[in-house]
Amino acid sequence: MNRADFPILARQVHGHPLVYFDNAATTQKPEAVLTAMDNYYRQYNANVHRGIHRLSEEATHAYEQTRKSVRDFINAPSEKECLFVRSTTDAINLVAQSFARPRLQAGDEIVISHLEHHANIVPWQIVCEQAGAKLKIIPINDAGELCFDEYRALLNDRTRLIAIGHVSNALGTINPIEKIVEAAHARDIPVLVDGAQAAPHMNIDVQALDCDFYAFSSHKIYGPTSIGVLYGKEKWLEAMPPYQGGGDMIASVSFTEGTTYNVLPAKFEAGTPAIAEAIGLGAAIAYLQNIGLDKIQQREQALLNYATNETAKLPGFTPIGTAKEKASILSFALAGVHPHDIATILDQYGIAIRSGHHCAMPLMERLGLPATARASFSFYNTEAEIDTFIMALAKTQEFLAR
Amino acid sequence: MNDHLMMLYQEVLLDHNRQPRNYHTLDTPCQAKGHNPLCGDQVDVYVTLNDNIIEDVSFTGQGCAISTASASLMTEALKGKTVIEAKTLFTHFHTKITDDNEEAAAQNLGKLDVLTGVREFPTRVKCATLAWHTFQAAVNKENALITTE
Repeated sequence: MNRADFPILARQVHGHPLVYFDNAATTQKPEAVLTAMDNYYRQYNANVHRGIHRLSEEATHAYEQTRKSVRDFINAPSEKECLFVRSTTDAINLVAQSFARPRLQAGDEIVISHLEHHANIVPWQIVCEQAGAKLKIIPINDAGELCFDEYRALLNDRTRLIAIGHVSNALGTINPIEKIVEAAHARDIPVLVDGAQAAPHMNIDVQALDCDFYAFSSHKIYGPTSIGVLYGKEKWLEAMPPYQGGGDMIASVSFTEGTTYNVLPAKFEAGTPAIAEAIGLGAAIAYLQNIGLDKIQQREQALLNYATNETAKLPGFTPIGTAKEKASILSFALAGVHPHDIATILDQYGIAIRSGHHCAMPLMERLGLPATARASFSFYNTEAEIDTFIMALAKTQEFLAR
Repeated sequence: MNDHLMMLYQEVLLDHNRQPRNYHTLDTPCQAKGHNPLCGDQVDVYVTLNDNIIEDVSFTGQGCAISTASASLMTEALKGKTVIEAKTLFTHFHTKITDDNEEAAAQNLGKLDVLTGVREFPTRVKCATLAWHTFQAAVNKENALITTE
Protein backbone atom coordinates (compact mmCIF):
# COMPACT_ATOMS: atom_id res chain seq x y z
CA MET A 1 0.00 0.00 0.00
CA ASN A 2 0.98 3.68 -0.49
CA ARG A 3 3.75 2.71 -2.94
CA ALA A 4 3.18 5.83 -5.03
CA ASP A 5 4.33 7.96 -2.07
CA PHE A 6 7.88 6.60 -2.46
CA PRO A 7 9.58 7.90 -5.64
CA ILE A 8 12.50 5.44 -5.38
CA LEU A 9 10.21 2.42 -5.65
CA ALA A 10 9.66 3.25 -9.31
CA ARG A 11 13.31 2.68 -10.25
CA GLN A 12 14.86 -0.28 -12.02
CA VAL A 13 17.88 -2.25 -10.83
CA HIS A 14 19.83 -4.37 -13.34
CA GLY A 15 16.87 -4.08 -15.71
CA HIS A 16 14.27 -5.26 -13.18
CA PRO A 17 11.83 -3.28 -11.05
CA LEU A 18 13.40 -2.66 -7.63
CA VAL A 19 12.21 -5.08 -4.94
CA TYR A 20 13.40 -3.48 -1.73
CA PHE A 21 13.52 -6.04 1.09
CA ASP A 22 16.24 -4.41 3.19
CA ASN A 23 13.91 -2.28 5.28
CA ALA A 24 15.46 -3.38 8.58
CA ALA A 25 18.71 -1.74 7.43
CA THR A 26 17.00 1.47 6.36
CA THR A 27 13.61 2.39 4.97
CA GLN A 28 12.87 4.40 1.83
CA LYS A 29 11.63 7.97 2.15
CA PRO A 30 8.19 9.22 1.14
CA GLU A 31 7.80 12.36 -0.96
CA ALA A 32 6.49 14.20 2.14
CA VAL A 33 9.85 13.79 3.90
CA LEU A 34 11.87 14.84 0.87
CA THR A 35 9.69 17.91 0.36
CA ALA A 36 9.83 18.96 4.01
CA MET A 37 13.64 18.89 4.03
CA ASP A 38 13.88 20.60 0.67
CA ASN A 39 11.51 23.36 1.81
CA TYR A 40 13.60 24.00 4.89
CA TYR A 41 16.78 24.51 2.87
CA ARG A 42 15.02 26.56 0.19
CA GLN A 43 12.70 28.65 2.35
CA TYR A 44 13.89 29.04 5.94
CA ASN A 45 17.37 27.61 6.43
CA ALA A 46 18.73 29.13 9.65
CA ASN A 47 20.22 28.04 12.95
CA VAL A 48 17.77 27.32 15.74
CA HIS A 49 17.11 28.73 19.21
CA ARG A 50 19.20 31.91 19.11
CA GLY A 51 18.62 33.94 16.01
CA ILE A 52 16.45 37.02 16.49
CA HIS A 53 15.22 36.97 12.94
CA ARG A 54 12.36 35.53 10.99
CA LEU A 55 14.17 32.58 9.41
CA SER A 56 15.55 31.41 12.74
CA GLU A 57 12.10 31.67 14.30
CA GLU A 58 10.61 29.54 11.57
CA ALA A 59 13.42 26.97 11.78
CA THR A 60 13.16 26.82 15.57
CA HIS A 61 9.42 26.40 15.36
CA ALA A 62 9.69 23.53 12.85
CA TYR A 63 12.46 21.86 14.87
CA GLU A 64 10.46 22.04 18.09
CA GLN A 65 7.27 20.94 16.32
CA THR A 66 9.03 17.63 15.63
CA ARG A 67 9.69 17.23 19.34
CA LYS A 68 5.94 17.58 19.89
CA SER A 69 5.36 14.95 17.17
CA VAL A 70 7.89 12.62 18.80
CA ARG A 71 6.22 13.03 22.19
CA ASP A 72 2.92 12.09 20.63
CA PHE A 73 4.46 9.25 18.56
CA ILE A 74 5.75 7.40 21.65
CA ASN A 75 3.21 8.84 24.12
CA ALA A 76 5.89 10.37 26.32
CA PRO A 77 4.56 12.38 29.28
CA SER A 78 6.48 15.49 28.23
CA GLU A 79 8.54 16.97 25.42
CA LYS A 80 11.52 17.61 27.67
CA GLU A 81 11.91 13.85 27.98
CA CYS A 82 12.39 13.53 24.20
CA LEU A 83 16.00 14.22 23.26
CA PHE A 84 17.30 14.49 19.72
CA VAL A 85 20.45 12.45 19.25
CA ARG A 86 22.37 11.23 16.21
CA SER A 87 21.05 7.67 16.17
CA THR A 88 19.92 4.78 18.35
CA THR A 89 23.61 3.97 18.81
CA ASP A 90 24.28 7.50 20.03
CA ALA A 91 21.32 7.27 22.42
CA ILE A 92 22.61 4.06 23.97
CA ASN A 93 26.12 5.46 24.35
CA LEU A 94 24.63 8.54 26.02
CA VAL A 95 22.83 6.41 28.61
CA ALA A 96 25.91 4.21 29.10
CA GLN A 97 28.18 7.17 29.83
CA SER A 98 25.86 9.70 31.51
CA PHE A 99 23.53 7.35 33.37
CA ALA A 100 25.31 4.05 33.96
CA ARG A 101 28.92 5.11 34.39
CA PRO A 102 28.51 7.39 37.43
CA ARG A 103 26.29 4.77 39.11
CA LEU A 104 28.44 1.70 38.50
CA GLN A 105 30.75 0.27 41.15
CA ALA A 106 33.18 -2.59 40.68
CA GLY A 107 31.24 -5.85 40.83
CA ASP A 108 27.94 -4.31 39.68
CA GLU A 109 26.08 -5.92 36.79
CA ILE A 110 24.32 -4.85 33.60
CA VAL A 111 21.96 -7.29 31.89
CA ILE A 112 21.53 -7.55 28.11
CA SER A 113 20.37 -10.46 25.91
CA HIS A 114 21.89 -12.82 23.37
CA LEU A 115 19.70 -11.22 20.67
CA GLU A 116 21.26 -7.76 20.81
CA HIS A 117 22.64 -5.68 17.98
CA HIS A 118 26.29 -4.68 18.53
CA ALA A 119 25.07 -1.15 19.33
CA ASN A 120 23.35 -2.54 22.44
CA ILE A 121 26.36 -4.65 23.42
CA VAL A 122 29.55 -2.67 22.94
CA PRO A 123 28.56 0.54 24.82
CA TRP A 124 27.88 -1.69 27.84
CA GLN A 125 31.14 -3.60 27.42
CA ILE A 126 32.94 -0.25 27.39
CA VAL A 127 31.22 1.10 30.51
CA CYS A 128 31.64 -2.23 32.33
CA GLU A 129 35.35 -2.15 31.54
CA GLN A 130 35.59 1.43 32.81
CA ALA A 131 33.82 0.60 36.07
CA GLY A 132 34.96 -2.97 36.68
CA ALA A 133 31.34 -4.09 36.29
CA LYS A 134 30.07 -7.32 34.71
CA LEU A 135 27.86 -7.86 31.67
CA LYS A 136 25.26 -10.61 32.08
CA ILE A 137 23.52 -12.19 29.10
CA ILE A 138 19.91 -13.42 28.97
CA PRO A 139 19.97 -16.69 26.99
CA ILE A 140 17.59 -17.49 24.12
CA ASN A 141 15.90 -20.68 22.95
CA ASP A 142 16.35 -22.18 19.48
CA ALA A 143 13.34 -20.27 18.16
CA GLY A 144 15.11 -17.03 19.05
CA GLU A 145 12.97 -16.13 22.07
CA LEU A 146 14.29 -14.89 25.40
CA CYS A 147 14.34 -17.44 28.22
CA PHE A 148 12.25 -15.49 30.70
CA ASP A 149 12.94 -17.63 33.79
CA GLU A 150 16.67 -17.32 33.17
CA TYR A 151 16.22 -13.56 32.84
CA ARG A 152 14.48 -13.40 36.20
CA ALA A 153 17.23 -15.53 37.75
CA LEU A 154 19.90 -13.09 36.51
CA LEU A 155 18.43 -10.18 38.49
CA ASN A 156 20.08 -9.56 41.83
CA ASP A 157 21.19 -6.81 44.20
CA ARG A 158 24.14 -5.91 41.98
CA THR A 159 22.04 -5.46 38.80
CA ARG A 160 22.10 -1.75 37.90
CA LEU A 161 20.43 -1.70 34.48
CA ILE A 162 18.66 -3.86 31.90
CA ALA A 163 19.34 -2.96 28.25
CA ILE A 164 17.12 -4.88 25.87
CA GLY A 165 16.04 -4.72 22.24
CA HIS A 166 12.30 -4.38 21.61
CA VAL A 167 12.56 -6.26 18.29
CA SER A 168 15.56 -8.30 17.12
CA ASN A 169 17.05 -6.88 13.92
CA ALA A 170 18.44 -10.26 12.90
CA LEU A 171 15.45 -12.53 13.65
CA GLY A 172 12.45 -10.25 14.09
CA THR A 173 11.62 -11.57 17.58
CA ILE A 174 9.38 -9.19 19.54
CA ASN A 175 10.44 -9.22 23.19
CA PRO A 176 7.87 -8.96 26.01
CA ILE A 177 9.02 -5.53 27.20
CA GLU A 178 6.16 -4.96 29.69
CA LYS A 179 6.99 -8.20 31.51
CA ILE A 180 10.73 -7.48 31.41
CA VAL A 181 10.21 -4.00 32.86
CA GLU A 182 7.81 -5.28 35.51
CA ALA A 183 10.30 -7.88 36.76
CA ALA A 184 13.14 -5.31 36.76
CA HIS A 185 11.11 -2.60 38.50
CA ALA A 186 10.09 -5.05 41.20
CA ARG A 187 13.77 -4.81 42.17
CA ASP A 188 14.08 -1.08 41.38
CA ILE A 189 16.26 -1.79 38.34
CA PRO A 190 15.84 0.67 35.46
CA VAL A 191 15.37 -0.56 31.87
CA LEU A 192 16.63 0.84 28.56
CA VAL A 193 14.81 -0.36 25.44
CA ASP A 194 16.55 -0.33 22.04
CA GLY A 195 13.51 0.37 19.88
CA ALA A 196 15.29 0.80 16.53
CA GLN A 197 13.51 -2.18 14.97
CA ALA A 198 10.18 -1.75 16.77
CA ALA A 199 9.35 1.89 16.00
CA PRO A 200 8.69 1.26 12.27
CA HIS A 201 6.30 -1.62 12.91
CA MET A 202 4.01 -0.90 15.87
CA ASN A 203 2.53 1.70 18.17
CA ILE A 204 5.06 2.62 20.85
CA ASP A 205 3.72 3.76 24.22
CA VAL A 206 6.56 4.43 26.64
CA GLN A 207 4.10 5.00 29.49
CA ALA A 208 2.42 1.65 28.96
CA LEU A 209 5.83 -0.04 28.67
CA ASP A 210 6.96 1.97 31.72
CA CYS A 211 10.57 1.73 30.49
CA ASP A 212 13.11 4.23 31.80
CA PHE A 213 14.75 4.90 28.44
CA TYR A 214 13.61 4.22 24.88
CA ALA A 215 15.81 4.79 21.82
CA PHE A 216 15.01 4.77 18.11
CA SER A 217 16.32 6.07 14.78
CA SER A 218 14.65 8.30 12.22
CA HIS A 219 15.98 6.51 9.15
CA LYS A 220 14.29 3.25 10.08
CA ILE A 221 10.90 4.98 10.32
CA TYR A 222 11.01 6.53 6.82
CA GLY A 223 12.82 9.69 7.94
CA PRO A 224 16.35 10.90 7.13
CA THR A 225 19.60 9.49 8.52
CA SER A 226 21.70 11.15 11.24
CA ILE A 227 18.93 11.82 13.73
CA GLY A 228 17.45 9.65 16.42
CA VAL A 229 15.48 9.99 19.62
CA LEU A 230 16.22 9.15 23.21
CA TYR A 231 13.26 9.17 25.54
CA GLY A 232 14.22 9.19 29.22
CA LYS A 233 12.17 9.58 32.36
CA GLU A 234 12.56 13.12 33.64
CA LYS A 235 13.82 12.03 37.07
CA TRP A 236 16.78 10.27 35.43
CA LEU A 237 17.54 12.94 32.83
CA GLU A 238 17.52 15.65 35.52
CA ALA A 239 19.95 13.66 37.64
CA MET A 240 22.33 12.79 34.79
CA PRO A 241 25.38 14.92 33.94
CA PRO A 242 25.56 16.22 30.34
CA TYR A 243 26.98 13.84 27.75
CA GLN A 244 28.75 16.42 25.57
CA GLY A 245 29.58 20.09 26.13
CA GLY A 246 29.01 23.04 23.83
CA GLY A 247 26.31 25.04 22.10
CA ASP A 248 22.72 24.56 23.15
CA MET A 249 23.47 22.58 26.30
CA ILE A 250 24.88 25.65 28.06
CA ALA A 251 23.05 28.24 30.17
CA SER A 252 26.12 30.35 30.95
CA VAL A 253 29.87 30.01 30.79
CA SER A 254 32.34 31.69 33.08
CA PHE A 255 35.97 31.15 34.02
CA THR A 256 35.36 32.48 37.50
CA GLU A 257 31.75 31.60 38.40
CA GLY A 258 31.64 28.18 36.76
CA THR A 259 29.49 27.00 33.87
CA THR A 260 25.81 26.22 34.23
CA TYR A 261 23.87 23.91 31.99
CA ASN A 262 20.68 24.46 30.12
CA VAL A 263 17.43 22.82 31.18
CA LEU A 264 15.98 19.68 29.55
CA PRO A 265 15.98 18.76 26.75
CA ALA A 266 18.67 21.24 25.60
CA LYS A 267 21.04 19.98 28.32
CA PHE A 268 21.69 16.91 26.16
CA GLU A 269 21.77 18.64 22.78
CA ALA A 270 25.25 20.09 22.38
CA GLY A 271 26.17 21.88 19.16
CA THR A 272 24.03 22.84 16.19
CA PRO A 273 21.53 20.01 15.83
CA ALA A 274 20.46 18.14 12.69
CA ILE A 275 17.79 20.70 11.84
CA ALA A 276 16.78 19.57 8.35
CA GLU A 277 16.79 15.98 9.59
CA ALA A 278 14.57 16.84 12.55
CA ILE A 279 12.13 18.50 10.14
CA GLY A 280 12.27 15.40 7.92
CA LEU A 281 11.64 13.19 10.95
CA GLY A 282 8.60 15.30 11.82
CA ALA A 283 7.25 14.76 8.30
CA ALA A 284 7.92 11.01 8.56
CA ILE A 285 6.01 10.76 11.83
CA ALA A 286 3.09 12.73 10.39
CA TYR A 287 3.13 10.43 7.37
CA LEU A 288 3.06 7.25 9.49
CA GLN A 289 0.39 8.58 11.83
CA ASN A 290 -1.73 9.52 8.87
CA ILE A 291 -1.69 5.91 7.68
CA GLY A 292 -1.91 4.61 11.26
CA LEU A 293 0.57 2.29 12.95
CA ASP A 294 -2.19 -0.26 13.56
CA LYS A 295 -2.87 -0.47 9.86
CA ILE A 296 0.85 -0.68 9.11
CA GLN A 297 1.32 -3.50 11.61
CA GLN A 298 -1.63 -5.40 10.18
CA ARG A 299 -0.35 -5.07 6.62
CA GLU A 300 3.20 -6.08 7.54
CA GLN A 301 2.00 -9.10 9.50
CA ALA A 302 0.03 -10.17 6.44
CA LEU A 303 3.17 -9.87 4.30
CA LEU A 304 5.24 -11.79 6.86
CA ASN A 305 2.63 -14.57 7.03
CA TYR A 306 2.47 -14.76 3.25
CA ALA A 307 6.27 -14.92 2.94
CA THR A 308 6.57 -17.48 5.76
CA ASN A 309 3.94 -19.76 4.21
CA GLU A 310 5.18 -19.45 0.63
CA THR A 311 8.87 -19.92 1.43
CA ALA A 312 7.99 -23.06 3.42
CA LYS A 313 7.10 -24.65 0.07
CA LEU A 314 10.61 -24.04 -1.26
CA PRO A 315 12.85 -27.11 -0.80
CA GLY A 316 15.99 -26.30 1.22
CA PHE A 317 14.57 -23.08 2.68
CA THR A 318 14.99 -22.82 6.47
CA PRO A 319 13.68 -19.81 8.37
CA ILE A 320 16.09 -18.66 11.11
CA GLY A 321 14.16 -17.33 14.07
CA THR A 322 10.69 -18.74 14.54
CA ALA A 323 9.47 -16.82 17.58
CA LYS A 324 5.72 -16.73 18.13
CA GLU A 325 5.77 -12.92 18.17
CA LYS A 326 7.67 -11.53 15.20
CA ALA A 327 7.97 -8.29 13.26
CA SER A 328 8.16 -8.46 9.46
CA ILE A 329 11.73 -9.78 9.30
CA LEU A 330 12.50 -13.13 7.68
CA SER A 331 16.02 -14.42 8.28
CA PHE A 332 16.81 -17.62 6.45
CA ALA A 333 19.26 -20.20 5.14
CA LEU A 334 19.10 -21.89 1.75
CA ALA A 335 20.61 -25.37 1.55
CA GLY A 336 23.94 -25.42 -0.26
CA VAL A 337 24.04 -21.67 -0.89
CA HIS A 338 25.98 -19.18 1.19
CA PRO A 339 23.96 -16.05 2.14
CA HIS A 340 26.45 -13.80 0.38
CA ASP A 341 25.94 -15.64 -2.91
CA ILE A 342 22.16 -15.40 -2.48
CA ALA A 343 22.42 -11.63 -2.03
CA THR A 344 24.62 -11.21 -5.13
CA ILE A 345 22.33 -13.27 -7.34
CA LEU A 346 19.09 -11.72 -6.04
CA ASP A 347 20.56 -8.27 -6.66
CA GLN A 348 20.80 -9.16 -10.36
CA TYR A 349 17.00 -9.62 -10.23
CA GLY A 350 16.65 -6.16 -8.68
CA ILE A 351 15.97 -7.65 -5.25
CA ALA A 352 17.74 -6.01 -2.28
CA ILE A 353 18.19 -8.26 0.75
CA ARG A 354 20.82 -8.33 3.46
CA SER A 355 23.34 -11.07 4.07
CA GLY A 356 25.84 -11.40 6.88
CA HIS A 357 25.85 -11.35 10.65
CA HIS A 358 23.53 -8.32 10.89
CA CYS A 359 25.77 -6.70 13.53
CA ALA A 360 24.78 -9.49 15.91
CA MET A 361 27.84 -11.72 15.98
CA PRO A 362 27.14 -13.27 19.41
CA LEU A 363 23.68 -14.26 18.14
CA MET A 364 25.18 -15.88 15.02
CA GLU A 365 27.58 -17.79 17.26
CA ARG A 366 24.66 -18.97 19.41
CA LEU A 367 22.82 -20.13 16.29
CA GLY A 368 25.97 -21.83 14.98
CA LEU A 369 25.84 -19.86 11.72
CA PRO A 370 28.48 -17.59 10.17
CA ALA A 371 25.76 -15.54 8.52
CA THR A 372 22.11 -15.52 7.42
CA ALA A 373 20.24 -13.96 4.54
CA ARG A 374 17.50 -11.57 5.63
CA ALA A 375 14.43 -10.19 3.90
CA SER A 376 12.67 -7.44 5.84
CA PHE A 377 9.32 -6.10 4.72
CA SER A 378 7.63 -2.74 4.84
CA PHE A 379 3.96 -1.94 4.30
CA TYR A 380 4.92 -0.70 0.81
CA ASN A 381 6.02 -4.19 -0.25
CA THR A 382 3.63 -6.54 -2.02
CA GLU A 383 2.77 -10.23 -2.28
CA ALA A 384 3.82 -10.06 -5.94
CA GLU A 385 7.30 -8.93 -4.84
CA ILE A 386 7.48 -11.87 -2.44
CA ASP A 387 6.58 -14.17 -5.36
CA THR A 388 9.42 -12.65 -7.41
CA PHE A 389 11.77 -13.17 -4.46
CA ILE A 390 10.83 -16.84 -4.10
CA MET A 391 11.17 -17.41 -7.84
CA ALA A 392 14.64 -15.86 -7.71
CA LEU A 393 15.61 -18.06 -4.74
CA ALA A 394 14.57 -21.17 -6.66
CA LYS A 395 16.59 -20.00 -9.68
CA THR A 396 19.57 -19.32 -7.41
CA GLN A 397 19.50 -22.88 -6.10
CA GLU A 398 19.17 -24.29 -9.58
CA PHE A 399 21.93 -22.07 -10.97
CA LEU A 400 24.47 -22.90 -8.28
CA ALA A 401 23.68 -26.63 -8.36
CA ARG A 402 24.30 -26.92 -12.10
CA MET B 1 20.70 -15.90 -15.51
CA ASN B 2 22.43 -12.86 -16.99
CA ASP B 3 25.91 -12.81 -18.50
CA HIS B 4 27.57 -11.23 -15.48
CA LEU B 5 26.30 -13.98 -13.21
CA MET B 6 27.33 -16.64 -15.72
CA MET B 7 30.81 -15.09 -15.78
CA LEU B 8 30.97 -14.92 -11.98
CA TYR B 9 29.66 -18.37 -11.16
CA GLN B 10 31.43 -20.41 -13.83
CA GLU B 11 31.18 -24.17 -13.62
CA VAL B 12 34.83 -24.54 -12.64
CA LEU B 13 34.25 -22.15 -9.76
CA LEU B 14 31.14 -24.02 -8.60
CA ASP B 15 33.05 -27.27 -8.78
CA HIS B 16 35.83 -25.87 -6.55
CA ASN B 17 33.16 -24.62 -4.15
CA ARG B 18 31.46 -28.00 -3.91
CA GLN B 19 34.68 -29.99 -3.80
CA PRO B 20 37.44 -27.73 -2.54
CA ARG B 21 40.97 -29.00 -3.31
CA ASN B 22 43.61 -29.21 -0.59
CA TYR B 23 40.94 -28.74 2.06
CA HIS B 24 42.75 -29.91 5.18
CA THR B 25 45.14 -28.69 7.85
CA LEU B 26 48.94 -29.04 7.72
CA ASP B 27 51.25 -29.36 10.67
CA THR B 28 53.32 -26.26 10.04
CA PRO B 29 54.29 -23.03 11.79
CA CYS B 30 53.40 -21.15 8.57
CA GLN B 31 49.70 -20.67 9.04
CA ALA B 32 47.29 -17.77 9.43
CA LYS B 33 43.62 -17.04 9.98
CA GLY B 34 41.69 -14.82 7.61
CA HIS B 35 38.36 -13.22 8.40
CA ASN B 36 35.96 -11.14 6.35
CA PRO B 37 33.77 -9.55 9.02
CA LEU B 38 31.38 -8.21 6.39
CA CYS B 39 30.01 -11.63 5.51
CA GLY B 40 31.45 -13.91 8.16
CA ASP B 41 33.85 -15.74 5.85
CA GLN B 42 36.69 -17.45 7.68
CA VAL B 43 39.69 -19.18 6.20
CA ASP B 44 42.80 -20.80 7.66
CA VAL B 45 45.76 -21.18 5.30
CA TYR B 46 48.65 -23.59 5.92
CA VAL B 47 51.96 -23.55 4.05
CA THR B 48 55.05 -25.77 4.17
CA LEU B 49 58.16 -24.21 2.70
CA ASN B 50 61.35 -25.86 1.56
CA ASP B 51 64.06 -23.34 0.89
CA ASN B 52 61.55 -20.66 -0.14
CA ILE B 53 59.69 -23.09 -2.38
CA ILE B 54 56.05 -23.77 -1.53
CA GLU B 55 56.10 -27.50 -0.97
CA ASP B 56 52.50 -27.76 0.14
CA VAL B 57 49.63 -25.36 0.77
CA SER B 58 46.16 -26.09 2.09
CA PHE B 59 43.18 -24.38 3.68
CA THR B 60 40.14 -24.93 5.89
CA GLY B 61 37.24 -22.70 6.81
CA GLN B 62 33.82 -21.66 5.67
CA GLY B 63 32.70 -19.02 3.27
CA CYS B 64 30.72 -18.12 0.21
CA ALA B 65 31.24 -19.82 -3.15
CA ILE B 66 33.66 -17.11 -4.31
CA SER B 67 35.93 -17.25 -1.27
CA THR B 68 35.91 -21.06 -1.04
CA ALA B 69 36.63 -21.56 -4.74
CA SER B 70 39.27 -18.84 -4.72
CA ALA B 71 41.08 -20.50 -1.79
CA SER B 72 40.90 -23.87 -3.52
CA LEU B 73 42.18 -22.49 -6.84
CA MET B 74 44.93 -20.61 -5.03
CA THR B 75 46.27 -23.76 -3.36
CA GLU B 76 46.48 -25.45 -6.77
CA ALA B 77 48.19 -22.47 -8.35
CA LEU B 78 50.81 -22.01 -5.65
CA LYS B 79 52.21 -25.50 -5.15
CA GLY B 80 55.82 -25.66 -6.36
CA LYS B 81 56.17 -21.90 -6.77
CA THR B 82 58.65 -19.78 -4.86
CA VAL B 83 57.34 -17.28 -2.34
CA ILE B 84 58.39 -14.41 -4.61
CA GLU B 85 56.58 -15.98 -7.57
CA ALA B 86 53.49 -16.38 -5.38
CA LYS B 87 53.54 -12.72 -4.43
CA THR B 88 53.90 -11.68 -8.06
CA LEU B 89 51.01 -13.93 -9.03
CA PHE B 90 48.81 -12.36 -6.36
CA THR B 91 49.67 -8.89 -7.65
CA HIS B 92 48.68 -9.92 -11.18
CA PHE B 93 45.53 -11.64 -9.93
CA HIS B 94 44.50 -8.65 -7.84
CA THR B 95 45.06 -6.29 -10.76
CA LYS B 96 43.06 -8.52 -13.06
CA ILE B 97 39.99 -8.62 -10.80
CA THR B 98 40.06 -4.94 -9.87
CA ASP B 99 41.62 -2.90 -12.70
CA ASP B 100 39.81 -2.15 -15.88
CA ASN B 101 42.85 -1.83 -18.16
CA GLU B 102 43.28 -4.03 -21.21
CA GLU B 103 46.79 -5.11 -20.37
CA ALA B 104 45.67 -6.64 -17.08
CA ALA B 105 42.66 -8.26 -18.73
CA ALA B 106 44.83 -9.86 -21.40
CA GLN B 107 47.21 -11.53 -18.97
CA ASN B 108 46.75 -15.30 -18.81
CA LEU B 109 46.57 -16.52 -15.24
CA GLY B 110 45.53 -20.08 -16.05
CA LYS B 111 42.79 -21.51 -13.90
CA LEU B 112 42.66 -18.36 -11.81
CA ASP B 113 41.01 -16.71 -14.78
CA VAL B 114 37.68 -18.25 -13.79
CA LEU B 115 37.59 -15.63 -11.03
CA THR B 116 37.84 -12.63 -13.33
CA GLY B 117 34.04 -12.36 -13.37
CA VAL B 118 34.44 -10.79 -9.92
CA ARG B 119 35.48 -7.57 -11.67
CA GLU B 120 31.81 -6.79 -12.31
CA PHE B 121 31.01 -7.27 -8.60
CA PRO B 122 33.23 -4.87 -6.61
CA THR B 123 31.62 -5.91 -3.32
CA ARG B 124 32.88 -9.46 -3.88
CA VAL B 125 36.57 -8.66 -4.52
CA LYS B 126 37.23 -9.15 -0.82
CA CYS B 127 35.82 -12.66 -1.03
CA ALA B 128 38.18 -13.52 -3.89
CA THR B 129 41.27 -12.11 -2.19
CA LEU B 130 40.75 -13.26 1.41
CA ALA B 131 42.69 -16.53 0.98
CA TRP B 132 45.53 -14.72 -0.78
CA HIS B 133 45.92 -12.14 1.97
CA THR B 134 45.85 -14.96 4.48
CA PHE B 135 48.49 -16.88 2.50
CA GLN B 136 50.78 -13.85 2.62
CA ALA B 137 50.33 -13.62 6.37
CA ALA B 138 51.09 -17.33 6.70
CA VAL B 139 54.38 -17.13 4.80
CA ASN B 140 55.30 -14.02 6.73
CA LYS B 141 54.62 -16.21 9.75
CA GLU B 142 52.29 -13.59 11.08
CA ASN B 143 50.04 -15.71 13.15
CA ALA B 144 47.86 -12.70 13.64
CA LEU B 145 44.27 -12.55 12.49
CA ILE B 146 43.93 -11.01 9.04
CA THR B 147 40.78 -9.15 8.17
CA THR B 148 39.60 -7.60 4.94
CA GLU B 149 38.21 -4.52 6.70
